Amino acid sequence: MANFYTDNESLKHYLNHPQMEKIVALKERNFADAETYDYAPQDYADAQDSYDKVLEIVGEICGDVIAPNAEDVDHTGPRVENNRVIYAEGTKKNLDACRKAGLMGMAMPRRLGGLNFPITPYIMAADIVSRADAGFENLWGLQDCAETIYEFADEDQKQRYIPRVCAGETMSMDLTEPDAGSDLQSVMLKASQKEDGSWVLNGVKRFITNGDADIHLVLARSEEGTKDGRGLSMFIYDKRNGGVNVRRIENKMGIKGSPTCELTYKDAPAELVGSRKLGLIKYVMALMNGARLGIAAQSVGLSEAAFREALVYAQERKQFGKEIINFPAVAEMLSVMKAKLDASRALLYACTRFVDMYKVYDDIAKERKLELEEKKEAKEYSRLADAFTPLAKGMTSEFANQNAYDCIQIHGGSGFMKDYACERIYRDARITSIYEGTTQLQVVAAIRHVSTGTYTNWINKALEAECKPEDQDVKATLQLMAQQFNDAVQAVMGVESTEYHDFMARRLVEMAGYTVMGLLLLEDTTRNDAFRRSMNVFVKMGQAEVAKHADFIANFRPEQIEEYKF
Amino acid sequence: MSLNIIVLAKQVPDTRNVGKDAMKADGTINRAALPAIFNPEDLNALEQALKLKEQYPGSKVTILTMGPARAAEIVREGMYRGADGGVVLSDRAFAGSDTLATSYALSAAVRNIGEYDLIIGGRQAIDGDTAQVGPQIAEKLGLPQVTYAEEILDIKDGKVTVKRRIESGVETVKAPMPLVITVNGSADACRPRNAKNVQKYKYAAVPSEVADDEAKKTMIEKRPYLNIGEWSAATVNADLNQCGLSGSPTKVKQIENVVFTAKDARTVENNDAEIEKLIQELIANHTIG
Repeated sequence: MANFYTDNESLKHYLNHPQMEKIVALKERNFADAETYDYAPQDYADAQDSYDKVLEIVGEICGDVIAPNAEDVDHTGPRVENNRVIYAEGTKKNLDACRKAGLMGMAMPRRLGGLNFPITPYIMAADIVSRADAGFENLWGLQDCAETIYEFADEDQKQRYIPRVCAGETMSMDLTEPDAGSDLQSVMLKASQKEDGSWVLNGVKRFITNGDADIHLVLARSEEGTKDGRGLSMFIYDKRNGGVNVRRIENKMGIKGSPTCELTYKDAPAELVGSRKLGLIKYVMALMNGARLGIAAQSVGLSEAAFREALVYAQERKQFGKEIINFPAVAEMLSVMKAKLDASRALLYACTRFVDMYKVYDDIAKERKLELEEKKEAKEYSRLADAFTPLAKGMTSEFANQNAYDCIQIHGGSGFMKDYACERIYRDARITSIYEGTTQLQVVAAIRHVSTGTYTNWINKALEAECKPEDQDVKATLQLMAQQFNDAVQAVMGVESTEYHDFMARRLVEMAGYTVMGLLLLEDTTRNDAFRRSMNVFVKMGQAEVAKHADFIANFRPEQIEEYKF
Repeated sequence: MSLNIIVLAKQVPDTRNVGKDAMKADGTINRAALPAIFNPEDLNALEQALKLKEQYPGSKVTILTMGPARAAEIVREGMYRGADGGVVLSDRAFAGSDTLATSYALSAAVRNIGEYDLIIGGRQAIDGDTAQVGPQIAEKLGLPQVTYAEEILDIKDGKVTVKRRIESGVETVKAPMPLVITVNGSADACRPRNAKNVQKYKYAAVPSEVADDEAKKTMIEKRPYLNIGEWSAATVNADLNQCGLSGSPTKVKQIENVVFTAKDARTVENNDAEIEKLIQELIANHTIG
């Protein structure tokens, strides 16, 4: 009888963010669908009410079905029989509930069978699902791939595949190979065109999440003799056609309910998506950005689960005659966990709003020419989304791991046993800072925006916003953090060495991260006093972290890099 | 084949999460202190109906509930999960109904609906726990009944095959339509609310809920599927003497806390002589009478 949406006030806070009104009006084209579809909203209030009601369904399924199944799914996991994946019983039940509730293809337009949700409420569902079972979020969240079909495939392909996803068929994105992990330019899976123009795929993929999906997006080498990313194209493989087998599934540390497959392609018929050669450089990049947002949501959900498990335990467990939550060491851990959680969620939804803004303009641009002002806005939000997505993925996944660690710490010896959910959360969280680009690769994506000033510009604008009188001190601290960040950027960029820039990149990105997240919590506190506590705790911690990095950079001589080499 | 299915559902106080103030001093339920929910076994019943609707496209599932106008929430809940519509049977004349008066009113409403192949309800409601209303409706309508149903297995040549949960295991029975089925809590749980249905039906209402809201009235006029029927005793031609308190032979004398101690179960053959014998025995030991 639990509801993971209604028991979490902060979700509604972000759903009601002032910017949502514009996002929804654009997404709904001023509510034109209301004439055609009986489930389309008539105005903003109606749309908000619908998001709220649908998230309530998500919250209920998560509380009553997915979370109670999580332990069993973790223990049994999926298996392979006759080259096909058989999900754990609990996974089947979870999928069935999500299908019947119509929670697949949530962000797809109504004409293709979707709910036409903006990214923000859709990601909220991902956040809620992850709190219930992060491994299941992978299967459910792969509906993201429909977004790539929607953006880049032709109309006929959209009509044939997207309604199937909305009806509940699952997807996978087949990118990684034994010798192409972080470096996708090395993908070797061979796409050959037959005389009739159709394509077949041959080769091997590895580490493919939900690799026995109904519909696959596949990155393959269509240009014979090429070696880099420019020879790769994107294909759709439909399981109904056959040709792809699951050789084995990996035995993983966490997210065990989600099958990670090794696939063999033997003359598997496939369809080209969009244009040849744009597979990696355009489509996968778009796919990855969506997937990274999904992992950020997964991280936030895990942070939430970790915090809640720790809080309940600390309130119940008695030692030395009192509940352990009354000991300052434990209370501080919990406060910091909550602050990291709230800061993560603030950054996640700032990011989804940016993504919503630019994506909706991109979509409108397919229907009509954008006005000059709109074009400018679209470009600005596209840049912000590009900057905030790796920042969100990097920061939230590291925090999820830290929260999972502290959750076990609060459980003490019991947390090391298999008896509590915290050990599963700990194992599940571990992958978030690795897949869809390691934290180190998020830094590579984010550092451009450190040097070009995207973060600095956003920070300066945020510092101009009004806040409540009692929060002036916090604002002053954030101003100081911003200054230290800018000084550090100047200092690092002043040294003419790419190697040195790379070496300091993570420190700079983290400084931006703490400052941005602190400012977002200040904005939240200005709207809602419930965030003040987390803001204060987070900014205290952020101030110390920023100072630590500033100190390191100030005391580091570039030639000392040599001491870090092997 | 398409079926007309009536699902009997009741809005009940959530007695599963009873707090200190759940009962009033006079021994009646303090409804204000408990959230109103869809009676759990009625949800099991709804799931059986929705499965049949999937199996036999074109079938129609109608929710029938008796209660105040706010019981329309039960009909909406049903529509969110896949029911086509519903009726709230609502009249002051029904207030204070015991199971006999309730089954009288509901059977009158069923007659008023007219076309039906199956009437499916939960075994019992969690507020009264009598399990009498379903069987009484069958009696009043002169229909066969299958109780404790766990799964509707098959419908063929106008006959329904039902698996029912009995004390010693399961039993599979066949009965002709039209038929009353009461569903046990061990049957499949009801499917969740569906996102599209929730958005489509969230403004569905009975007329008295929107009496003061012109905008909603206009919307319901434009979209007739949002209209939930609201029937009075007069609509269903009910004899007022058989409704509410005057139609209820049950009189509550006193309510006391009883700790349930019965241990043994006994099986009684399903024939008049055996049942008569049991009744005599129960009268003799003052369990009834």
